[in-house]
Amino acid sequence: MRARAILLTLALLLPFGGHAQNAIPGYPERITNPPNVTAKPEPAETVVAGLSREDVEITTNFDGSEIIIYGAVKRETPIPKGSALDVIVTVEGPQQSVTVRHKERKLGIWINTGHVSIGAAPNFYVVATTRPMETILDPAEDQRYRVSVPLALRAFAGPVTVEDAVPYTEALVRLREESGLYRLDEGVVRLAQQTLFRADVRLPANLIEGYYSTRIFLLRDGKVIDTFRAPIDVRKVGLERWLYRLALNQPFLYGIMSLAIAMAAGWGASAAFRAFRRT
Amino acid sequence: MQIYLPIAEVVVNSLTLISLGGIVGLMSGLFGVGGGFLITPLLFFIGIPPPIAVATGANQVVASSFSGVLAHVKRKTVDFRMGWVLLAGGLVGSSIGVGIFNILQRIGQVDLVVQLCYVVFLGLIGASMLKESLGALRRARQSGPVKPMRRNQHGWVHRWPMKMKFRASGLYISAIPVLLVGAAVGVLGAIMGVGGGFIMVPAMIYLLGMPTKVVIGTSLFQITFLSAYTTLMHAVMSNTVDVMLAVLLIVGGVVGAQIGTNLGARLRAEQLRILLALLVLAVCGKLALDLFLRPEDLYSIAPGILQ
Repeated sequence: MRARAILLTLALLLPFGGHAQNAIPGYPERITNPPNVTAKPEPAETVVAGLSREDVEITTNFDGSEIIIYGAVKRETPIPKGSALDVIVTVEGPQQSVTVRHKERKLGIWINTGHVSIGAAPNFYVVATTRPMETILDPAEDQRYRVSVPLALRAFAGPVTVEDAVPYTEALVRLREESGLYRLDEGVVRLAQQTLFRADVRLPANLIEGYYSTRIFLLRDGKVIDTFRAPIDVRKVGLERWLYRLALNQPFLYGIMSLAIAMAAGWGASAAFRAFRRT
Repeated sequence: MQIYLPIAEVVVNSLTLISLGGIVGLMSGLFGVGGGFLITPLLFFIGIPPPIAVATGANQVVASSFSGVLAHVKRKTVDFRMGWVLLAGGLVGSSIGVGIFNILQRIGQVDLVVQLCYVVFLGLIGASMLKESLGALRRARQSGPVKPMRRNQHGWVHRWPMKMKFRASGLYISAIPVLLVGAAVGVLGAIMGVGGGFIMVPAMIYLLGMPTKVVIGTSLFQITFLSAYTTLMHAVMSNTVDVMLAVLLIVGGVVGAQIGTNLGARLRAEQLRILLALLVLAVCGKLALDLFLRPEDLYSIAPGILQ
């Protein structure tokens, strides 16, 4: 079942060309045009961008991280007149499979009746823009590049057993928006002189390990004129990494260690209290 | 201080966790329950993923009940023989329970069954304990000196074969009902993700007729080993024990357990039982409300794919 979910995910990811996982960490990579689009001439305006940091280390006192995505528009010709330039920046966390369940009242109690499994939903997704989305991005372009938050969900996993899956996917987006994992920040990308731009994206404390992918879209008249992609490597370090690896690779040893700590703490407290009472 | 948990992959406040452990440890020392039936729902509430809450709760129970057991061993209020027989039944029951849990998980209704189990068992036990101990308290007030409870009255326990002498409990009964109680608690404990002390304590008092004095120490003894077994099973089978989370809970828990044990020695048995009964009923009421009231959001997210 898992294999099928991965296949579905891969199939849906194909139009993106090189995915973040294939990219060399730290080296920005230009997105190739979707294969269904005929090769365009080299755009008159292109993005040159960088990240304030290319890796995030999760330590014991990790409390979220701030990433600054900055860049400039490179052009050989003068700034085109008559249309405004806009920038959208997205940061997307690793994909996970999730199940959305729906409760209904049966015999007086609320129980889970329907469910929809989604094969790949990013665990974190933020969209930052220069101006409101609907004024700067054409819906067709949104579909093609999967920019807006609802389009971050990729595929259903397994047979869909409910009549209408839409309320389920909407609920997933809504619940994740409420917990701050999905976010649309309109107007937070600052664009100066139609050339320099900067976006400050806050990564929450509840991060999971993996490659996070940053995408930058350059827009004119609702159309994407250039794109840019760079990965952010989020990793546990130190004690966090050691415990995580031990739990996965040596589960029996890890279990014994957990028990030993528990027993030692129980004995220690008991001994300490006896000593305390005697004095 | 905020802290990132390596297995749960969430950030939590370490002081919240320490005080949570402390409260549960206090219950453990006071009543001889592992506290699993409290810690697991409380961990859900602060946002720990349920499988990790269940497994790590078991690890915390090991520490607090071990600490409690040591205090009871010093006071010679542990019936080791009874404890080993209960444990033998418990390990068998726990393995059966894990099997049932996996079947329920495949059907997709494990949450409902667990919740119903909690409501039914906590409700029954809480109500009967409250009724019994209120009655005992009233009798004690009316007739001055407390009449010794007449035990060894249940004929059926005496007629069964495989009789054993449990000296610390002052009982000479068949091992079969003891094994059955251990197994039943093991099954329920595995399904509900708890040590089972809150079922074990009343079963020892009312079914086996053990004196209240040794019930708590013996129950803690049994729970220490049973939850150690459960923790190891979870760590190996599903990698859901978060040792960082466990350590924080344990720091609060062991201190709480010591305070609770000393406090328990000063309170009267009837008063203790009334307090435990009220606590059990409160948790039961909260869970029942969750079942009957319309949830805040009809949709919920769970990781993974459900078939």
